[in-house]
Amino acid sequence: MMRSRLWLAVVGLFVMTGTAGAQKQGGTLRVTHRDNPPSASILEEATISTDMPFMGVFNNLVVFDPDSTVNRLDKVVPDLATSWALSDDDRTLTFQLRDGVKWHDNKPFTSADVKCTWDMLTGKVNGKLRKNPHKTWWFNIKDVATDGDTKVIFHLHDPQPSIMAMFAGGFSPVYPCHVPANEMRTHPIGTGPFKFKSFKQNESIRIVRNPNYWKPGKPYLDAIEYTIITNRSTMLLAMATGKFDLTFSGELTPELTKNLQEQAPAVQCVLQATGTQGNLLVNRERPPFDNEQIRKAMVLSIDRKAFSDILSRGVYEVGGANMPPPEGFWAWSKEYMETVPGYGADVEKSREEGRRIMQSLGYGPDHVMQLKVTTRNIPDYRDAAVILIDHLKSIYIQGELEPLDTSVWYARLLRKDFSVAMNVQGTGIDDPDVQFFENYLCGSERNYTSYCNPDLEKLFHRQSQMKDLEARRKLVWDIDKKLQEDGARPVVYHGKAGTCWWPRVHGIKIAHNTVYNHWRFEDVWLDQ
Amino acid sequence: MLQYILRRLGLMVLTLFGVSVAIFLLLRIVPGNIADILFDSAGLIDPAEKQQIVADLGLDLPLVTQYAHWIAGLAHGDLGYSYVSEKPVLDEVLPRIPITARLAGLALLFAVCTGVPFGVVSAVRQNTWLDYGLRVMSLAALSMPSFWLGLLVLMAFVNWFGLLPIYDKAPATWGAAILMYGVPAATVGFRSSALIMRLTRSSMLEVLRQDYVRTARSKGLSERAVTFIHALRNAVLPVITTIGIETAFLFGGLIVTETVFNIPGVARFLVEAIRWRDYPMVQNLVMFIAVVVVLVNLLVDLAYMFVDPRIRLRT
Repeated sequence: MMRSRLWLAVVGLFVMTGTAGAQKQGGTLRVTHRDNPPSASILEEATISTDMPFMGVFNNLVVFDPDSTVNRLDKVVPDLATSWALSDDDRTLTFQLRDGVKWHDNKPFTSADVKCTWDMLTGKVNGKLRKNPHKTWWFNIKDVATDGDTKVIFHLHDPQPSIMAMFAGGFSPVYPCHVPANEMRTHPIGTGPFKFKSFKQNESIRIVRNPNYWKPGKPYLDAIEYTIITNRSTMLLAMATGKFDLTFSGELTPELTKNLQEQAPAVQCVLQATGTQGNLLVNRERPPFDNEQIRKAMVLSIDRKAFSDILSRGVYEVGGANMPPPEGFWAWSKEYMETVPGYGADVEKSREEGRRIMQSLGYGPDHVMQLKVTTRNIPDYRDAAVILIDHLKSIYIQGELEPLDTSVWYARLLRKDFSVAMNVQGTGIDDPDVQFFENYLCGSERNYTSYCNPDLEKLFHRQSQMKDLEARRKLVWDIDKKLQEDGARPVVYHGKAGTCWWPRVHGIKIAHNTVYNHWRFEDVWLDQ
Repeated sequence: MLQYILRRLGLMVLTLFGVSVAIFLLLRIVPGNIADILFDSAGLIDPAEKQQIVADLGLDLPLVTQYAHWIAGLAHGDLGYSYVSEKPVLDEVLPRIPITARLAGLALLFAVCTGVPFGVVSAVRQNTWLDYGLRVMSLAALSMPSFWLGLLVLMAFVNWFGLLPIYDKAPATWGAAILMYGVPAATVGFRSSALIMRLTRSSMLEVLRQDYVRTARSKGLSERAVTFIHALRNAVLPVITTIGIETAFLFGGLIVTETVFNIPGVARFLVEAIRWRDYPMVQNLVMFIAVVVVLVNLLVDLAYMFVDPRIRLRT
């Protein structure tokens, strides 16, 4: 017995040392980048173009378990916070912070930095951030207090279990108090495994190993270099020839992913849910779309499967506001989805009902409604808008495509200067709080259609406070169904995209339900 | 001669003033500004935050004041700050100029070194198989879109040599630089070469029929002397004009080539700056390109005087 235990211990030690020794130090990871990031400040952007390259510079209070392929509430693990605790009334969240952590400029990290960051994010300190796209994530934070250098206390208006998911997301790094916001946009300082080295506009981004990282021995890479290649054909050829180790997060369409694997069979790829969805925006303040019946008819004309088939050969998923399964946790079950108007398998039946509604309003083959379908003039938006125009024909609506330059697209949405628009948008975290409060709350900046249902809003808050996941999910299904029935912002498809890397890259763990997290690269190493 | 150059320089200042007004106004006529674009990446617009950005950047000032600020800065060598990178425009633009200059220079060298000799050969061997072949090739070069040709070249390199001649970092040696810039330069120079070849050919054909060429031959001069000393020198004037125009194009119009070969040059940067409505960057880059164009035109005019003594006499 004693001998077998000794053997187990020896084998265990061998395996442990073997595993620990397997990672190789050094090397530069070469990654393609799709476009020029608007800035290096993650807190001020909502785009993966900033999030991915600069995530390695920072740490969060907590993160989604880097070893898990799914980002979920039960997968949140410590980062700069070593532990956290909720008060009995679930309204006070206390984080115990890691001691001895230093910023890249050697200043000590303290609870004041955490307070400072969330004071900016909640809008308590004005003028520091030029933009604050995730302000709605933090609506429930009443105030932030510190208790010494290593304890920070968040006082919440109401209980909100999902707030931990927001803290763990890639868009929630902790910023240093002593560095001005404009400097964070050009030369970010963090506590993360990599230090910022250079950001050459339209050319490259380079981050290098932080030798004083608080996790001893990590990161393994000497540097990560992102080369901005805007032309997808060039990027594919460059990846296929091995000039790069990794493609940009979720940059390859399902078709391009397949194409790359045919060109370079050794390349490994993962198709992820991108957290982006195509949705129909109908201006409910502008006649005749203030008529609920017309909006309903429009929803009934949509063949969601056709969108998926045409845009992605059937890879895109159909669902409501929340990310559909298997990646998403909060979306309807298949059986439940069948009960939602417009989601039934028989599209022709839905369209027949849509035509009946339109006929009752005086429209028909001889009296067709003319409208403009506004969209942003980039392929993802334009292609979907063209399909939408085709579908609307089935209910006597003749659409004309109105492609808008990016510079005017959001300005027009804000002014509500559109009748019908095809929109594509992303959310960083698969959680109903993010979806509902960001996009459907009365008066929210991203509530482009001005949908406002005070009764439903109460349910938004109720689900947000629920601890029982299953009960919350049931309520979320009902809310989502009501949103689709009301035509608040009819969801047409949920996107998926590929990320690929060569086998020489080890330690990459990609979450299947987001493209925005898991890019700290502290466990990644190169076998070369 | 000095008087001529001074007069041309005076005209150059007037031209640049016109360009500065045009680009300043055109940029502001185009819908949207940097504040709109900045919020694009965030997917929302907060009116208060937007107004703050507009005020911070001085975009709410009267147009005349904005223009005066820009020109006053230019006069002092202060090109302002990029709205996007928040760095001095000069720091952003300067590293890109040598890249574009190298690419344009190599492309021009390729175009002239192939276009002029092939044009001469084609004219001298008119209506032979060689002439037909060169004419077909030049037509093909003019007809092929450069993005398509660029991608074909890239795919050919991948298939035949297993390497991809794109820009991923600054070349460390002259050899590496020639390799890195050579392929895109040849790709873009192919079209210019065809243009120069066709122009040289037609110009040479006209000159070769002139009496003085016949006289030169009757004097017993060798065919090489007749072609290169008597004919080509007289045929080259329109070619010089074309080279001037192509030089201007190569400095500011290589957007497709720079994109396909991923070269961080002036043209790609300019297009990105326009997309972002980065006014200081666009205004100063356009002014830089305008200066290059005007200077090249001046050099072309001066070249006329050296090549054709009759022009020199008239000045």
